[in-house]
Amino acid sequence: MEIFEIVTYFVLLLLVSTALRVVTTSNVIHAAISLVFTLALTSVLFLLLSTEFVALVLVLVYIGAVIVLFLFGIMITRAPLGKNAELDNDKNKKLGAAIAGSIFFLFSYILVNGFDGQVVVTSGSSTELLGEILLSRFVFPFELVSFVLLAALIGGITLARKDEALIDEDQV
Amino acid sequence: MIVQPVLVVAAALFSLGIYGILVRRNAVMVLLSIELILNSVNINFILFDTMLADTLMQGQIFTIFIITIAAAEVGIGLAIVLMLFRNRQTANINEFDLMKW
Repeated sequence: MEIFEIVTYFVLLLLVSTALRVVTTSNVIHAAISLVFTLALTSVLFLLLSTEFVALVLVLVYIGAVIVLFLFGIMITRAPLGKNAELDNDKNKKLGAAIAGSIFFLFSYILVNGFDGQVVVTSGSSTELLGEILLSRFVFPFELVSFVLLAALIGGITLARKDEALIDEDQV
Repeated sequence: MIVQPVLVVAAALFSLGIYGILVRRNAVMVLLSIELILNSVNINFILFDTMLADTLMQGQIFTIFIITIAAAEVGIGLAIVLMLFRNRQTANINEFDLMKW
């Protein structure tokens, strides 16, 4: 039990430090790679909380697909690779830090006081039951979300496609 | 395992995401910060699901839905950024001020 706690605290510490790197680094590629580490550590945290299906979904969807999309977006918008002092808006830095800090302290104060002494007891694998619930009681939202994905797919293609007819019209 | 450290870390991720949204200039970096916020919400959902030992596992199911919606959001968001880049030759949010009064 002692080792379990130590591992959890270590993961939490790394999680905060990698997340800090995502928003403070001046290199766009480093930010995306740090987000990979943040998500991988989140997945480890989910495994420690014995929700292994969600952990694997997180790895597959985020690290497998979303990060690739982000790197693609960074490359295609020709963000300057390497160190870039222009990446941050220095005027907003103090205000942003003040707002983020006050949100953090407010949330921490409420959560630490509200959940004083509550403990988590992990209870082994739950994937089989999760599948049954997802496809019985929650089958309607499950199907609905597939339509959302289809709409996003069509919308993404329509937005990002170079429409030859439209371009000609603009140039005339 | 005590709940509070995980909750504080989730709050830290949330506020770091807010900081990133407010400070970053590049539109893709703003989308990265939004992912951090969604991630902190996921951590809270999973933690409370495990803590309450919910028989319907609504925390895990909600997390799966959030991950799906986030994937759709990233796809559309990057398509919009791409469109803006094609029209303005920049991904800098400060220059997208056409609708600013």
